[in-house]
Amino acid sequence: MSVVVGVVVFPGSNCEHDAAEALEAAGATPRLVWHTETSLRGVDAVILPGGFAHGDYLRPGALARFSPIMNAVGSFAASGGPVVGICNGFQVLTEARLLPGALQKNSGLTFVCRDAEIQIESDRCVLSGGIAVGTRLRIPINHFEGNYICDEHTLAELESEGRIVARYVVNPNGSVASIAGIANASGNVVGLMPHPERAVNPLTGSTDGLTMLRALVRSCAARVG
Amino acid sequence: MIFEVLVEVRLRRGIADPQGATIEKALGMLGFADVSNVRAGKSYRFGVQAAGAEEARLAAEDLCRRLLTNPVIEESVITVETPAPHPDRSAGDPTVAGAGLDSRS
Repeated sequence: MSVVVGVVVFPGSNCEHDAAEALEAAGATPRLVWHTETSLRGVDAVILPGGFAHGDYLRPGALARFSPIMNAVGSFAASGGPVVGICNGFQVLTEARLLPGALQKNSGLTFVCRDAEIQIESDRCVLSGGIAVGTRLRIPINHFEGNYICDEHTLAELESEGRIVARYVVNPNGSVASIAGIANASGNVVGLMPHPERAVNPLTGSTDGLTMLRALVRSCAARVG
Repeated sequence: MIFEVLVEVRLRRGIADPQGATIEKALGMLGFADVSNVRAGKSYRFGVQAAGAEEARLAAEDLCRRLLTNPVIEESVITVETPAPHPDRSAGDPTVAGAGLDSRS
């Protein structure tokens, strides 16, 4: 039986169908989960997709944190369940304090929308397990508030504990230490600004996103046994 | 009593503020060479039903911490205004009318 991955849909999410298609391509069964649902029973992993949850009003992710499903996401994460936030989903995870730091406006005040080269820095999380450290992947970025920031103590912790999942080869947005993605201490909660779900078909330029999504599917399979 | 609360949210000192920097640059080009330290932010205004100004301020501090600011990068300045008595109404305490109570969080 294939791994089931829940994709949370907030009002204003816009990458949920891309994520679902990409998950199928990676060998998983996607299941869309509306944000007012309160249970994640039956899913082996959760993706918070990109978009503008709740219109990004107040701050990106600030209101999505209060959607009913987020309680279930918090419990699922606490029990070791794989949770991946992509782009706006990453912003939601920082606002929900499931990941440290914050994402602020890009340093050049420019909305960036292009392919970015990222380098895998750690294979100790659910999105990079089995990918050799140093591997470079070409994945699209598409954001205005992707400039990752945290205090020095947190940065030192992220560095020393191998929780920086990927860095940009060329920093597109001013992120501290060129961070493109980070994980929590257990490696089961991951936030990533680039969109792996948009790089799964040669027609759109790259299939490198599949490398990461397959890692997620593998880590679910290993966890479920 | 309903207290009017003004919350100004801005980036913490030391956090780069590209919006403020861009505005400052534009002001320089317009000839306002003496303007410096421009910081961009947001402000919110709302009423709080409370017994006194201090209670209203505590409520505002709590909601700032939990929703209006992201403490990782932002700070807020809260101003609580004691409601001025409406000319058409007899309610209200004229001795404290217009008194402001500021706090930072």
